[in-house]
Amino acid sequence: MTDRRKFLQDVAKGIVVVGAGSLVPGLVRAAGDARARDARIVTAGLAEGTNEAAILDALPGKRPLIKRTFRPANYETPLEYFDQAYTPNDAFFVRYHLGNVPEVSRAEWKLEIAAEAVERPVTLGFDDLTKGFEQVELAALCMCSGNRRGLSDPHVAGVQWAYGAMGNARWKGVRLKDVLAKAGVKKDALEVVLDGADTAALTTTPDFVKSIPVWKALDENTLLAWEMNGEPLPHWNGFPVRLVVPGWTATYWTKQIASVRVVSQPFKGFWMATGYRIPKGKFALVDRFLSQETETNTPITEMVVGSLVTNLRGGEKFRLGQRVEVRGIAWDGGYGMQGVDVSTDGGGSWRPAQLGKDLGKFSWRQWSHAFKPERNGVHTVLAKATNRIGGSQTFDLVFNPAGYHNNVVQKLDVHVG
Amino acid sequence: MRAIAVTVAATAAVLLLASAALADESELQLREAPNKDLVVASCAICHSLDYIPMNSRFLDRKGWEGSVNKMIKVMGAPITPDDATKIVEYLSTQYGKK
Repeated sequence: MTDRRKFLQDVAKGIVVVGAGSLVPGLVRAAGDARARDARIVTAGLAEGTNEAAILDALPGKRPLIKRTFRPANYETPLEYFDQAYTPNDAFFVRYHLGNVPEVSRAEWKLEIAAEAVERPVTLGFDDLTKGFEQVELAALCMCSGNRRGLSDPHVAGVQWAYGAMGNARWKGVRLKDVLAKAGVKKDALEVVLDGADTAALTTTPDFVKSIPVWKALDENTLLAWEMNGEPLPHWNGFPVRLVVPGWTATYWTKQIASVRVVSQPFKGFWMATGYRIPKGKFALVDRFLSQETETNTPITEMVVGSLVTNLRGGEKFRLGQRVEVRGIAWDGGYGMQGVDVSTDGGGSWRPAQLGKDLGKFSWRQWSHAFKPERNGVHTVLAKATNRIGGSQTFDLVFNPAGYHNNVVQKLDVHVG
Repeated sequence: MRAIAVTVAATAAVLLLASAALADESELQLREAPNKDLVVASCAICHSLDYIPMNSRFLDRKGWEGSVNKMIKVMGAPITPDDATKIVEYLSTQYGKK
């Protein structure tokens, strides 16, 4: 850490030494060798440079995850952790937009609720939050809007996530609507503006501030949470308190939340007005954020239907007649899963998978399907989820410039014989 | 045998140290080419340099120009137009679509 800090200080002072051979090129080659040894981090479909830049690296308090970028910290969960109902806290993905993530203790933490559309500004400490309102716990999938961006064809700029910028957890906290009631929401309230403690290196960089429609803020499932999976939130996942917006992508799940402003005009910050936008009409979505919509685009809102095979990797070998189990997870924006269909012949025929326990409509749902291959050769396995309102996955990428909502049906080849 | 075992253990320890040292952005190394110093000094103020190889090689010159412009106009990076041209030149030749 000392070296890292010194390096950053030197960069800040403009004295970083970058002459030819001044660093240690041998270490860079060693990184290449390490990657070749560790197939867990190389993902088919990512750009070559993306795979080369990835390493397994452990942030303080975390297990080794797939490092996409050191600073801001962007780390994704390796596939092996998805073959279970809940994602371990120390393997949960990390996504930041700004480089400075302060340590905030529970004693120091304060939440300000203010702005023009509240009756009276309120400031709460950690005990006020945890002791002053009814506590609730719910299971919900937290998924980055750009999960699978790295698999976009053609590739688009941004953090090149493969499959692991997501995780499922039990979140414990209090309802945002109860907290807002203490401040009194005025009739003309339109949006709720959310800001965390993270800051940028330069004061000229737009702070990472998001807003949600007031109706979503008042939804009984939207929580201010301090625990996940029965433990305090990890530092990298928003300790001491973060917002949980079940059904919606993680961009709205403000970490280390510091301020909640209830406003009567659309919030115009960069991360709302320009970032996190999808073209209008390309995705079948129910939840709309009308006060932020333009003629051509709209903020990303709920997650689209998706699924992931969690126990097989491409290229695995089986014997003829051997029972092959395909296990996975399926999710959507909170309508609940209707079913998952699995094909083991490249999409020619489909069979319904067996669904696992229903952990709540915002959780992913585990599923499994077993088959006995009756011929030698390649068997192409596909899985396609459908939710209770008829939403499903796409076979052809719905291309969009920021690489959001990639829910293309996965195809995995297994070899028999 | 004992001596060999010790040597193997020592080698393993050195390898472990080397891999621990890798988990640090100060070890990141961009390709040697003109204006590399400028790229490092301009970009690393706000973010680690792995953003560059991670986004390669699929952006053409226009793509890298877009990224650099976004850093200046949106993210507020204090980069002069002259330097921006040099940075785009470096990124598109060293990390651009071939």
